[in-house]
Formats: sequence, C-alpha cells, structure tokens
Amino acid sequence: MSAIDRRQFLIRTAQMAGVAACVAAVWSPLVRGQAHAAAHALRPPGALPEEDFMALCLKCGQCVKACPFKTLKLATVADHAPTGTPYFIARETPCEMCVDVPCVPVCPSGALDRSLTDITKARMGLPVIDREICLSFRGLRCEVCYRVCPVRGKAITLNIVHNEDTNRHARFEPVINSEHCTGCGICEKACPTEESSIRVLRHQFVQGKLGEHYSPSLGEDFKIQDIRQGTDIAKELNPGDKRQAAPGVGYFNQPGGREGIIPGAKP
Amino acid sequence: MTEKQEGMVSPQKNTAVRHFQMPDTLAGKLRVWRFLIARRIVQVGVLILFIGTLQWGWTLFNRLVLTGNMSSSRLLDIIPLSDPFAVLQLIASLHWPHTDALIGAAIVLVFYLLVGGRVFCAWTCPVNMVADLAGWVREKLGIRSLFIVPSKTRYWALLLTLLLSFILGVAAFEWVSPIAIMHRELIYGIGLGFIAVLGIFIFDLLIMARGWCGHLCPLGAFWSIVGRTAQIRVAFDDASCTRCGDCVKECPEPSVLSFKEAAQHGMVRSGECTNCGKCIVVCPENSLSFNLRACIRTCSSSQSAHGSTS
Repeated sequence: MSAIDRRQFLIRTAQMAGVAACVAAVWSPLVRGQAHAAAHALRPPGALPEEDFMALCLKCGQCVKACPFKTLKLATVADHAPTGTPYFIARETPCEMCVDVPCVPVCPSGALDRSLTDITKARMGLPVIDREICLSFRGLRCEVCYRVCPVRGKAITLNIVHNEDTNRHARFEPVINSEHCTGCGICEKACPTEESSIRVLRHQFVQGKLGEHYSPSLGEDFKIQDIRQGTDIAKELNPGDKRQAAPGVGYFNQPGGREGIIPGAKP
Repeated sequence: MTEKQEGMVSPQKNTAVRHFQMPDTLAGKLRVWRFLIARRIVQVGVLILFIGTLQWGWTLFNRLVLTGNMSSSRLLDIIPLSDPFAVLQLIASLHWPHTDALIGAAIVLVFYLLVGGRVFCAWTCPVNMVADLAGWVREKLGIRSLFIVPSKTRYWALLLTLLLSFILGVAAFEWVSPIAIMHRELIYGIGLGFIAVLGIFIFDLLIMARGWCGHLCPLGAFWSIVGRTAQIRVAFDDASCTRCGDCVKECPEPSVLSFKEAAQHGMVRSGECTNCGKCIVVCPENSLSFNLRACIRTCSSSQSAHGSTS
C-alpha cells in the first residue's frame, strides 16, 4: 500500500465514520426523545420500572389483546406514550383489576413481570388529590373515590376532621395510602368534578424518596439521643446521658417556648 | 453487455436471443404473476390473521389463531414467535428478555435459515408492498434516482443499530422502524405513524430506486446474513441461458444476479436474494427455477461430470 493509497483509505474511513455519526446524531434523539410517556399514561400491571419497561417491551400488543375490558391501548406515533408501547388513561378506561391478571403472563419479553400474580400487589401509579376542588375537602359528603376503590378502606381512607367553615360539621377528607394503592384509576374515572380532582400519575411523578443517609426519625429505629441529645425528652429516655442540648434544639421543652412558636398556644 | 462476455460463456451461444414477452391471454398473465400473487396472498394473509384474531377473536381448535404482531406473537395460543432482530437489539441494549421471546426468536430464525432469510422481505414484510408499488409507479413515470448509495450501506445500518442499542440502552431500530410502525398500525389502528410509511413511498419513488428495501433497511441486512444458508434457492441452468439480461433488469435487488456467479454455482447464491421469483417468471428460456440447494448441488455436479466425459 503506497502512501497515497493509505491516505485515501484513511480519508475514506473518516468520511464513512462521519456519515455514521451524522445518522446517529439524527437517530439517537429520535429514540431518546420518543422514550418518554406522559405522566398520566399508566402502564399495565406488573410493568418493570419505566426505563427497563421501555427497553424490554417488544411492542407486540399481546397484553392489549389479553385485556378483557379494552383498557390497554397500543400507542401510535405522537401519542400519550412512546409508539407501540401499551398504556391506559385512567379517566377514560381504568384498570378493572382482574384477579387472574391476564395481561401479564402473555408478555413475551418480560417487560411485564410474571411474578405478579396478586393484582393487589400491582403498582401502576399513585393518585394525587386537588384539595381546592375535591368536594370532600370542601365539606360535601362525596367520598365517591373512597367508595369505588377496589382496595376498599385501605388504599383510600377518610380523615375525619372538624369543618372550621361551618364550625358544626365534619369534613371527610380522602387520603391515599401508597402502601395499598394499586393505581388502577377507578377513583379518577368515578370522580364527579368536571375535571377529575383525583388523578393517577406514574410513581416517578408523585412519590418522594428520602435520601439514603436520612435518619428515619420517629420510626422504629428512632434513637432520641441521636437527634435531640441533651434535651429533656432525651434525658428522660436515657437517664445516663449527660450531653448538652445543641443550641436551638431544646426550646420546645422550655417554659413558654411553645408560646413563642405558636401564637396563642398554652404553655 | 461486457458483463455477459466476461461471464463463463457456455460453448454454444449462437442461438438468437429472445426476450420476455408478456402473454396476451389471462391464463398466461396469471402464470407470469404467479409468484407475485402468492406473495401478496401471504403478506396480506398474515396481516388478516393478526387482525382477525385481535378484532373478531378468530380461533382454531378453540385456540386464538395468531395474537400480537410481527415483532412478537403467539400462534394457536401456545407457540411463541419473535422477531430475532428485535430480540438481538434487546440483548445488545443489555436487557435479557424472558425465555418466551428467546424461544420465539429461535423458532423464527430456524425457519428463515431454511427457507432463506430475505424470504421475510419479499413474502411477509408489509413494507415490501409499498416499495413494490413505488417501484411500479417509478417505472411507469420513468423517474430516475436522485442519487444511489451502495447496497452494502444496509450492513452499516445494521452495525449502527446494534451500536446505538448498546449506547442508548433501548432497541434502537425498533423505536423508529417503519416496518414495525406499519404492521402495528395496520393491526392495532392507524395513527400518525403511517407518515413513516408514506415517507418510504416518496423516498423510493422520487429519491432513490428501491432505496429503503434494497439499500438501507437494517432488518434486510440482518436477514441477508441469515439467508446465506438458505435451502431454497433460484437454480440457474447455464446451458439454456442466452444472457438476454431480462432477469437482471427485473431483479429488485442490486448486485444479486450475476451470470458469472450463477453459472459457477448453478444458482443465485447471495444471501441478499429475497426469493421473490421475479427473475424466474420473465426468463424466456426457463433457465431459472426454485429448487433446493442440495438438489442444485447434486444436479450441477452430475452435469459437470457428464460434461467432462462427453
């Protein structure tokens, strides 16, 4: 190979690599930009975490066919979810929570986890409530979401509080318990306000997460001396502890301390 | 013409060269169109099986006939079938699929290893109908390509697909594949994705002749590689061939038909051959036919043995 040939070969290789890079530059954003589903586009039960789900889904629609209520849809281009992936919109058709979970075992790729056999273990999303619009929060006896919830009395509970507006009634505030809620969306479908006051969104858009380093205060492993060392409570619980309270920590226990914080509170 | 002279010219070639003539009778025309009709029946038939099962719940022996689409499906509610290229992309993206998808991909792969990889392209893929239509219109209007890239470009597209799948962590081609968009939307409902199919039609019609299927499609490249072991091949009878070139003109795949290669091996060997049969029906001398690779080998070896003794 002469020097000219080698030079030509190198240039040619660089050119081909350039073409490939240009194609990749157009292609990658197409793939990456597509790979986002709307927050209210819910996945079938048993779906892996969104990233893994979208990587594994073969877009075959067998779960869609298996769904007896025609809840699941296969997204087209520029739909609520990336093209070809299954989703449902709770306000339109919620998941009816079939006890035999027919959509999961037909998934050929494992994008839907077959270890899910108990539908109450499904976690498709988590509802959020608009407290300003929700009729129950406004003091009306609505509680439709509470009544239609398939995980009755667990996923949605009622927090009964005094209604300061009338000063003689109670408010039956619905509260979501993420421990039990499957995210089926039946509450969202049933909500009587014009735009639903309770909306199911995928967990990543709703649920908070403590940092790994965060001490689970007031939980089972709560050690009072770690948090409020030297305070009265700490001394009471750990009589041997001789440490001093950190500045600004003990004020709640000092006489008149509470009054300073909350106006009108009795010491 | 030069190619013909370079080719391994058979001893006697002084018979007058005849060219293909479309028969006047309907029976004759149907004979010429026989593979085309068969291909359309298979292509449309597969789609109808999918649609019938989804929409009207078609069953056979009390089992759903064909559920899913061409990316992945279940035959008679039990046999898994998957697109091996889609599964390969999943693996390239470092996501190990469930056994069902792997078994399904293996079944489909073995089938096409036997009948010829690109049999998928000409006999099953719905985009083939779009490309054929674009080709037919282009021929009628006499539109010439704006530019042409080498047909080997598809192998680069294949390589890039796997590379991008690895880098992006998702099956790169499956997310943009106009093939997947077309069969999915035909089966599950037509949406905006059909613009991609229209795009292929326009690209093939106005910009590059057989641009998508013949040059760029990475799935076609995948099946081309699989097709190298194909057992059903187009057999070539060198003795009767007059090198009229009608088959080469008709072949939709650039660089598949070469007289030299065909004469040497007694068949079209390239994995890029889609077994569409277009060359077979236009040959005025009936020098081309479908045959099994094993048969072709024994025939040609006996022929050459015969030739050497005489």
